Amino acid sequence: MESPLPLQSLRVGGAELLFDGVKEHQVTLPSQSEPWDMKQLLVWIQRNLLKERPELFVQGDSVRPGILVLINDADWELMGELEYQLQDQDNVVFISTLHGG
Amino acid sequence: MCQVDEDYNGQLDRDEVLSFSKKCVKCKEATAVLVIRAGDMFCSGCFKEYFVHKFRAMLGKNRIIFPGERVLLAVSGGPSSCSMLNQVQEGLSQNAHKKLRFIPGIVYIDEGGALGLSVEERQRTVDELQSMFKATGFPYHILPLEEVFDLPSSVLEESSPSSEQPDITYKAAVDHFIQTNRNCYLSPEKQADLTGLNIQESHTHSLQQIFGSIKTLTAKEDLLQTLRQHLLVHTARSKGYSKLMLGDNCTRLAVKLLASISLGRGAQLAIDTGFSDLRYGDIITVRPMRDYSAKEVSFYNHMYNVPSVFIPTLDTKTTDKASVLRLTESFVTKLQAHFPSTVSTIYRTSEKLQTIQPSPSSSTAHNWDKCLLCMCALDTNVVEKASAFQATLISELLSQRRASRPVDTASPTLRPEFQGPESTAAGGVGCERAACGGGCCSSVKAPESTELKSLLCYSCQLTIKDMSSADLLPQYILSEAQRRKRRSQMREEIREFLLDEDY
Repeated sequence: MESPLPLQSLRVGGAELLFDGVKEHQVTLPSQSEPWDMKQLLVWIQRNLLKERPELFVQGDSVRPGILVLINDADWELMGELEYQLQDQDNVVFISTLHGG
Repeated sequence: MCQVDEDYNGQLDRDEVLSFSKKCVKCKEATAVLVIRAGDMFCSGCFKEYFVHKFRAMLGKNRIIFPGERVLLAVSGGPSSCSMLNQVQEGLSQNAHKKLRFIPGIVYIDEGGALGLSVEERQRTVDELQSMFKATGFPYHILPLEEVFDLPSSVLEESSPSSEQPDITYKAAVDHFIQTNRNCYLSPEKQADLTGLNIQESHTHSLQQIFGSIKTLTAKEDLLQTLRQHLLVHTARSKGYSKLMLGDNCTRLAVKLLASISLGRGAQLAIDTGFSDLRYGDIITVRPMRDYSAKEVSFYNHMYNVPSVFIPTLDTKTTDKASVLRLTESFVTKLQAHFPSTVSTIYRTSEKLQTIQPSPSSSTAHNWDKCLLCMCALDTNVVEKASAFQATLISELLSQRRASRPVDTASPTLRPEFQGPESTAAGGVGCERAACGGGCCSSVKAPESTELKSLLCYSCQLTIKDMSSADLLPQYILSEAQRRKRRSQMREEIREFLLDEDY
């Protein structure tokens, strides 16, 4: 059993309307038996943070194409995308490049 | 085809290249933070260099903006145009490597009225943008979209480019600028004192009526874009700017390109998506961001804290299938996720497109050959009888006839008239007349909309067709339509007396 995992911050840019207009979220992930990876984080976000129209943020088990993901200010494509294992005080940013958010 | 192979190889390589903590491909020292294209990874320092260079190279290469020229930046508040503003700001700063030499101004058009936002919401956005614009030190103009109702109909005329220094070359202009008025732009220009939005409520109401009368989101988006463009051009003209900069990025243009084809704007593609756009004559539109992908822009803005404001648009929170533009966007981004060269391939295609430029003398004189709304050359006056467009017209004509009359009387009347357009060589015009003579105009569709139709290109016709009544359009469009109509009637009357080459 791992201890709860606090993230430094979780930000959504351009898609904040789906999150009740909140851009910056303080998040502490609950403890679970296996380490948290991005895939699980997305599921958690969908269950806990997304307020409406989840299909506009998550598609399949990844983010909707056109939404960029940055982990500690680096492209998640360099970090292993969905398999990346979240660390204590990680900084995760989602930026929508889609028109109209 | 070899291009496709190359791109595909890039895609195959991708999996090998991807691993943790890769080095930047340029400096080979710092850790990469961003993948631009398949296999190309940059560290933040090299990325900045690359990004900044690209902007200045784009303007330098095209040599369209002359030193000392006044350029209006159309900033929507979105990431791309804000990034453009930031680049101009940096390019003009004292220590810039390849300094930009034009005089910028900013324009923002608040579209809240068309979206049905409250005045408070709109004011909040405007305040946010205003503080951003103030920080740049550039003069700025903030206008509500409602101002389209005050536009003069001269907006829809193509003005001939101002005749000052027509033959001067770019290089000579640069030398001249460096020698004489080197410091002219250093004196800070006065910023407009703008306290808030000046919105006329009745205009907001009319605006909402227009957008309320349109059935599909596709047509709404198209009309919004058209009205916005008219207002931008008018602002540039009335405030003394000669260039208008738009922030369309490469991803956006790729989407626009494909969507335009679907909307029947194939003939206008080249000027809709190219680097420079000469359709207004005196005001030249440029798209300096067209080399950047949406990803590059977003990363740059994030890394270097370029502020942008989130402003909802017509397609905010809509589904993928809400409009043609939206659907195309989702198609392109989904394809891009699996094939990273999708956007650049579409973009490169758009670069190769060209429109046959009519000789300058004829292009300025013949205003009636231009679409009333988008100001592009009309594609609906084709004389070819066997074109797809004529086929659509005939089929439309036939189906309207069927619907408006009982079946038994329909067939005898239909026959001679159906042969009518075929026997007259006039093609499109013949069809139109046959339609009116044949009584299809007896339907409630006001004659205005049919009248308007002949002045529009195919795609704009579709948009207007979607409106319940064309009479709702702002006055400047309607009066210009009438003027053109009168003009063409007059031309028709004096036709016999005209010399051939004039006609």
